Order: sequence, then structure tokens, then C-alpha cells
Amino acid sequence: MLKTFSKGGVHPPENKLSAIQTIEQLALPKTVSIPISQHIGAPATPLVKKNDSVKTGQLIAKSSGFVSANIHSSVSGKVIKIDSVVDSSGYKKQSIIIEVEGDEWLEEIDRTPELKKEINLSSEEIIKKVGESGIVGLGGATFPSQVKLSVPRGMKAEILIINGVECEPYLTSDHRLMLEKADELLIGTQILMKALKVTQAVIGIENNKADAIEHLTNLTKQYQGISVQALKVKYPQGGEKQLIKAITGREVPSGGLPIAVGAVVHNVGTAFAVYEAVQKNKPLFERVVTVTGKSVKKPSNFLVRIGTSVANLIEAAGGLPEDTGKVISGGPMMGRALSTIDTPVTKGTSGILILPEGESRRGKIYDCIRCAKCVSVCPMGLEPYLLMTVTEQQNYERTEHERVMDCIECGSCSYICPSNRPLLDYIRLGKVEVGKIIRTRKA
Amino acid sequence: MSKLLIVSPSPHNYGNDTIKSLMYGVLIALIPTLLVSLYFFGVGALIVIVTSVISAVIFEYLISKYILKTKPSIMDGSAVITGLLLAFNVPSNLPVWIVIIGALVAIGIGKMTFGGLGNNPFNPALVGRVFLLVSFPVQMTTWPAPIQSRLQYLDAVTGATPLGIVKEGLRNGEQVSELVKQIPSNMQMFIGNVGGSLGEVAGLAILLGLIWLLYKKVITWHIPISMLGTIFIVSGIFWLINPEKYMDPVFHIIAGGALLGAVFMATDYVTSPMTPKGQLIFGIGIGFLTVMIRLFGAYPEGVSFAILIMNAFVPIINLYVKPKRFGEVVKNG
Amino acid sequence: MNDIVIYTIITVGAIGLVAAVILFFVAKQFYVEEDPRIDKVEEALPSANCGGCGYPGCRNFAEACVKADSLDELFCPVGGNDVMKEVAEIIGIEAVEKQAQIAVIRCSGSFEYRPRTNNYDGAANCTIATNLYSGDTGCQYGCLGLGECVDACTFDAMYMDEKTGLPVVIQDKCTGCGDCVRACPKDIIELRNKGKKDRRIFVSCINEDKGGIAKKHCSVACIGCSKCFKECNYDAITIKNFLAYIDYNKCVLCRKCVAVCPTDAIHEINFPPRKKKPADTKAAPKEKVKENTDLIDIAKKNQNNNKTES
Repeated sequence: MLKTFSKGGVHPPENKLSAIQTIEQLALPKTVSIPISQHIGAPATPLVKKNDSVKTGQLIAKSSGFVSANIHSSVSGKVIKIDSVVDSSGYKKQSIIIEVEGDEWLEEIDRTPELKKEINLSSEEIIKKVGESGIVGLGGATFPSQVKLSVPRGMKAEILIINGVECEPYLTSDHRLMLEKADELLIGTQILMKALKVTQAVIGIENNKADAIEHLTNLTKQYQGISVQALKVKYPQGGEKQLIKAITGREVPSGGLPIAVGAVVHNVGTAFAVYEAVQKNKPLFERVVTVTGKSVKKPSNFLVRIGTSVANLIEAAGGLPEDTGKVISGGPMMGRALSTIDTPVTKGTSGILILPEGESRRGKIYDCIRCAKCVSVCPMGLEPYLLMTVTEQQNYERTEHERVMDCIECGSCSYICPSNRPLLDYIRLGKVEVGKIIRTRKA
Repeated sequence: MSKLLIVSPSPHNYGNDTIKSLMYGVLIALIPTLLVSLYFFGVGALIVIVTSVISAVIFEYLISKYILKTKPSIMDGSAVITGLLLAFNVPSNLPVWIVIIGALVAIGIGKMTFGGLGNNPFNPALVGRVFLLVSFPVQMTTWPAPIQSRLQYLDAVTGATPLGIVKEGLRNGEQVSELVKQIPSNMQMFIGNVGGSLGEVAGLAILLGLIWLLYKKVITWHIPISMLGTIFIVSGIFWLINPEKYMDPVFHIIAGGALLGAVFMATDYVTSPMTPKGQLIFGIGIGFLTVMIRLFGAYPEGVSFAILIMNAFVPIINLYVKPKRFGEVVKNG
Repeated sequence: MNDIVIYTIITVGAIGLVAAVILFFVAKQFYVEEDPRIDKVEEALPSANCGGCGYPGCRNFAEACVKADSLDELFCPVGGNDVMKEVAEIIGIEAVEKQAQIAVIRCSGSFEYRPRTNNYDGAANCTIATNLYSGDTGCQYGCLGLGECVDACTFDAMYMDEKTGLPVVIQDKCTGCGDCVRACPKDIIELRNKGKKDRRIFVSCINEDKGGIAKKHCSVACIGCSKCFKECNYDAITIKNFLAYIDYNKCVLCRKCVAVCPTDAIHEINFPPRKKKPADTKAAPKEKVKENTDLIDIAKKNQNNNKTES
């Protein structure tokens, strides 16, 4: 019996169309637009101005607070302007737009392919380096990684969990990374272990990636303290709290952080980025992005420079299909639908999913028939039907009382609802409104 | 770009469950019961079932179109289920006009007055059935004998149900050991060769339906198992106390509408609680009330009343019985 | 038989008597002293419980009025000056005259003038759409057309115009309570003075983008050209962030600004038709954005689909 989390969950069709496509380097675009806010927290402060020349890997915007992240240029060339560009959030955000000229990297970046196993930096130095390199959670949450590595006083990390679950349908970027960059990934894991001062690390992988499980299990014999845990396929296993529950059996308390149960979770992409930053001196300016969809000609996994337009990626995967209805940044369960494909790839872009017109529209909404399916699939033990009703009534006191803030927005409730009710839409609204109330109460 | 992209909040992926698919799942589960009732009650069963289903659908259509002024959604199958369940809850010699009144009450009062599917607090079919039971007690409590009345309708040979025989007998001071001789064996009752309402006679067929519903994940096990389990345990306790005064627990599960109620009536989505824990409480409540009405009430059968009574408790169960939250912190003081 | 009737009457009568005695004492014991004026004020109020005064309901407002020393800060927009005068009389303090107000929609980006750049397919709720993204047009300030203001209106004074996709205020019904203003997540609706003879002039746009960008996304956007600012002799117009705003306290309703606006972003309401069209001051007829009518249909259908079927 494979491990999994105990409560709720759904089984959307997996559709991992690009699982066998090796990672390809995407050709450099003509221009990139790099938003200064690609992470959770305060936007970075730009350090360059119009007409400045930049090199690949150069710091162009500086972290502006404890929860914030550095931004590096992903190309070499000239800054044309700093302007607002629509990003995947659908709003215009300040971005640094650079015209590409050649590809000249900073000299201190080690571009050789050799594996560097020895870890020379101390724990503190690693955390500092991770912060300097602008690394954020690459699973999509984009939470600055150095914050997660700095264990608060009085708490102790016991176990590092590397998230290779990739429970979102369609996406394969983490899967390919585990197959092609396994050694780098494992060294990255060791670096993270050293930073956190833990002796045990577990890589959680869902059972539909048998090749990755086998490959990593074989390799982990050479790396002390790291083991691989195969997990039963169930969405949303990639959720931090669900993964901790699946692997350790511990439940992160409501409103608490994973460190409260001694666990720290990092994505496989993050572990790889940490390897590159610490061992190769390479800041985070490129990432693996899956471009996929049923009518996409060539579903692929690309290594993409941050700031490249989504349109370029789609072009490289065979162009925008005729029957396109929706273009999603991320997976089908938690991704964001884009309003235009002239949107830059950011640190949090794990995939571009193109859905055909026929699958893009929601069904007609009917009255709730109280089938209780939303209650039974909710991985957080909430009652989505109730949260939607009380939010609709603007009874936010009750919404808070029913623990709306525990919702992880996995979308299982909306997925399962036979009446096509926009449950998560309203729950999210409830979270925003209750969040406002909580903030005013604290202030 | 020639075409506009569609933008909506996540998720962008939807499951295959629809109201229609769930309702049709229930209808499929009802087929074995339907066939058994046709086999044992023949023409009468056919007339009652067809009348009930057609009038339920027509009433739903007319009421939603002309009174509620919404687009009728009769294709979702819920009216068919209500009609079918109502037919399953009446004897096969019930006159057509009474069946039509039952369907009108079930759909009109039981369901549409509250705003249609999803808003009714009580199981519509049971509202119709109980209305008929109190309004037409004679017609509703004369049951045609199985098999021999296949070709008759209103003039069918009638008899009492096992539960009725037992109730009457015990009231007259007879012993259980004598009464058992007057009623069919548990096995005969299980396959449906017994007098009673159309759909409640065939335990075996209903169990087939239950397996289908569980397999298709239309319902969960909580309500049927907790309800039947409670009936078994509570009636079993009384049976152990005095086997000459109380019937055995297996009889209580097989006889009458316990199985039909547990599988098809109590599990009605709209009128049952939302959480597994709440569903267990709901099932236990129905089971307990059923046994109490059967043993100590004026009516020989109590499943319908028990379900309706517990339906009334559903809002309060939903209010107080919450699922176990993930990572719930137990507050100390 | 007679016995039963007599006994019943006696029993029920006795129970009634006992209950009455208990109630009498309880009512005495727990009597709450309350200013009788509160009831009177509440009676004078319109009982709409709309919240336009800033209090949850009319009763709360009445309590506040009775407690207050002056009525400067208290005003019932629904009842208007007449009701406030009555209230003031009851309490015995001076009433403060206020101008009646009405809601105006500061967006004219109909399907015709503001082409859709994507189709929204989420829940039909403006706040949900706003939390998700900037909207289904290039203009990130404009009306989303999902009708949250219409739902919020207590007086049925608003409806969605199917043709334009914008809300419309029914002037005779609007009480200026401000429910719609609070409901709108884009802050498009504003309460303005009703004005003399119900005449009003306002800028029907809140787009703060640079002129070119604003114009590209919506042909009736305010482009911040300052023509109206220069034309105005009463300092009523201010330009901030490429957006003109007319102060209704200063505006004298001369209509000069309306005539010079190159994008027709300034609206005049309830004025008699102009005698002659000043062709020289006004730019060529509005350039309509070329538009595929199918898209409008799709967008409309989409919105209808989003409404809950009930």
C-alpha cells in the first residue's frame, strides 16, 4: 500500500503528454521583459535604467525586504525601457525590458557541465547565497527560498522533503528534471540539508513517474541521508501540507507553518536551482517550462530564460492551435488563465497549457443538490458548499468561523461539483474579504 | 490574434459528474427492483409505476414553467426518480387517481414549493407517500398478494404484510412462534415473494442496487449501513430480551421498507446531511426511530416517518457536526 | 360530554391566567428604559434599511440621531431634507440642509467603444473578476459589466443594459444611498449632487493611463488632453494622472467642456438638446472601433451563461 494523504483528494485525468520529451534549450528571444515582482512579497527595486548594458546573470533589481527576492538579467543586451507589462496575474506590473545582444554571461558563472560534489560553504553562507541568487519556490508558489531556509528561533527542522510529486495534470517539467538532472538535484538536496542542519531528506514522487522513482532510488545509494518515497497518485499531493502528511504522517496545524512539525518542503526545481547557485555561481534566470495541450503539435519541455514571451514558447511547440480556447500558465487545477499570450515567463511559470475551445468553458450552473461531494474531496476538511453560501451572503464572520483561511485553493471542490457551481471562486473571494477583516483587526 | 482567449479562475479542469449522470446512476440502480415488482405484481405494478412517473414529470414541468417561471429541467431525471420511488411505496392495486394525487403532493408540495431540486427539506416521494397514507388509509394498507394477482389490478386478491400480521397478532396477545407460521419465511421475503408496497418487497434486488450505487460512487456507505445496523442492533436487543414478544432482527431488516428506505430514500442527496459523521448520526436516528415505531407505535411500519423526522433534523446536524479539519489545533484553555 | 368541555375551558383559562401573570412581572422586571424619541425618529425614517447613512439599519440611525448633539454628520440620503427636517423637529435641534445626490456611472466603455480582448468565464461577480485579473478589455479601470452594483441596489434603481454591457441608473428611483458605490470593486460609481433641474455634467471615465494607451483600448476614454481644463472658467476641472475630474460643487453647468472633449468622455444629463451643433469645436464624429459583432454576442452570451439558473 503506497503512502498518500488521508483526507479528500480527486483523480483528474493525468494527460502527461510531454513526459517523454527531453528538455530543450529554447532559442534566445529578441527582447525579454522581466517583471520586478515575480515572487510573493515586496517587489524588487530596479538597479538599472534605460540604455544601460547588462550581462547575462547580472543583478538588475534588488530585494526590497525580508520577504522579497533579487532579480537577475536572463540575457545580455541593452535595457530599452522600464514599463508596465501585463503579467500572468492579469494586471500590469513594472518590468525591465531588455533588447538581446549576443549572449555574454558574467565571468564568475561556471558554465562547465562537470558535476561539483563537494559543498564548501557553511550553512549561513548557503542561505545567503540562495538569497543573493534570487531563488524562489519553483513549484509555482514563488515564496522566496532563503526565508524558508531560515528556521525561526526556537524551532528545529528535522526532515527535508523534496517535492517531486507534480500532481498537476499535464505538467512534466519536474519529471524531466528528475530524469535528466538527477545528480545535480541530489547535490542540491544535500546543500539544502546542510543549510537546514538536518540529516534526513525524502524525495516524494507520485507512482505515475516510475522511471524517475527508479532512477533516483538507484542514485540515492551514493548520497547519504536521502531516500525516495513513492506515493499513490492523488491530487493535491503536491500541496505542502498534504505532502508532509503523506510522508511523515504529521499534520501541519491550522494557520501554522510546516516547520511547526519539523518539516521543510522544497520543490525539485528549487533544489536544482540551489545546486546551480551554490556550486556553479549561477543565479536563477532560467527554468524548465512544459508547453503542452491536446492539440499542441509538439508538446515539449523547454529550458527558458525568464522574461521570454509565452508566445515564443508556443511558437517553438508548433504554434497556437486553431481551436485554442484558453492558455494557462501552470497546470489545469491551479494555473492562471492568461488574457494575452504576450506575457513574460516568470520564475513561477512551471508550464504553459493550451486547452481547446471545447474544454475551456464552464458548464451551466445549477442549484446545489447537496450531494456532499465537495465535502468529501476537500483535502483540508472544509465544507466548500457552506463557505460559498456564507460568502455569497457576505456573512464574513461565519466564513471566517468556518475556517475559510485554511483553504489551499486546490480546486478539488469545483472540479467534482455536479452542478458546476463556482465554489472556489467564492471561497477565494471569502478569503480575500476575511483577510481584509483580519488585517484591520490586527491594525 | 483572431480569437479571444477565455479567462476564468482556476480550476480549468472539470470532473465528469453532472446532476444528470448522478440521477441516471440512481435510476439504473432502481432497475432490478423495478423488474422484481413487475414480476410479482404484474399489471397493477405497471399501471401504478407508469402513472406515477408520468404524472410526476408532467407536474414538475408544469409547475416550473407556469408557477416558478423557470426553465423546466425535467431531463435531469430527478422527477423520474421521485415518481418511481413514490410508486415503489404504494400497493399495486392503488387507483390511478390516488397515484396522481400522490405525485402532485410529492412534486408540488414536497419539492417545488421550496424552489425545486436542491432546496426541499423533506424527501418528496415520502411526503407524497405519507400524505396518501393518512388520507387514504384503507387503499394504502390493502396489499395484493404476490404472483397470484399478476393479471388483476383493482380487483386483486389482497392480504396483509408480514409486519402488519405481526403487529396485529402481538396486539391480540399471540406468541411470535405462532405468528411466524402465518408469514412467509425470511428467504421468501428476501427475494420478494411477499405482499407489500411495490418496491419494498425485493430485498435482493435492492441490495444489487446498493452495490451499483456504491461502485459508481453515487452514494457512500454511511447512511445505509448505519441505518440498517441500528435497526439490527436495536431490534436484536429486544429480541434477546423476549423472543416470544419481539421478532428477530433479520426479519426487521428484510420485512417492510427498511432496505428500500436505507438504500434509496434516506440517501437522497438533498435531504441528508453533508458530512460523513452527520450521515452516520442521521442513519442511526432513522434506524432507532424505525424500530421504535414498529414495536411501540400505532403503525406496523415506520421507515417513512423515521426518515421524514430525521430529514427535519438535517439542518441542525449540518450546523453542529463538522468534518475533522486538517491540522485542527485543540485549544488548551 | 359537557364535563369535558367545562374542564377544558377551566384548564386552558387557568394556564392562560398563570402565563399572563408571569409575563406581566417579567415585563416589569426586565423593562429597558429607552428614549421614546428613538421610536418616533424611526417612524419618520423611510425604513429602507439600506445602510446609506453609514449605519446598519434605520433603527441604529435613529439611535445615533437621538444621541447626537448636532445633525452635521448624520444624513438620511433616502429621505432627503424633508425627512431630516422632521427628525430634527422630533429631537429638537437644527436640521442641516444637504443637496440631494445621485449615483453616476463613470464608464462608457460599451461593447461598441471598448473592444473585448478576452472572454471572462468565471463566476458572475465583479469582485471575483477583479481579484482574478484586470478585466476582459484592454482598459484595466473600466466596468466589468457583471452587475454587482445592480444586485447591491436596494431600490431597484439600476439595471444592466444588454446592448452596452454597462449598468444604468434609473434617475427617478435612485436615492443616492451609495450601496452601489460600496459594491463596485473598480470604484467606477460616484455619488454626485443631483444639480439644478436635475442637470449634471461629469467625466464618464476613470482611466489613468496615458492618452494614447487609454484611447487604444477605449474610444470614449478620457485621454487627459486638458482641453476641458482650459475651457473651464470656474476652476471646476482638475487633471490628475491623465484624467479629468469635474468638481460638482464648483461646476456651473455651462456645458463648454462637453463641447470640446475630443472623445466624448464628458457627459451631460437632462439638458435640453443644443440649438446648433458647434461643428468647429467638436472633432469629427466618434471613430468607432472596428468590431466583430460575433464577439459581442459571444461576450454577452457568456455573461448570461454565468448567471445561476434557478
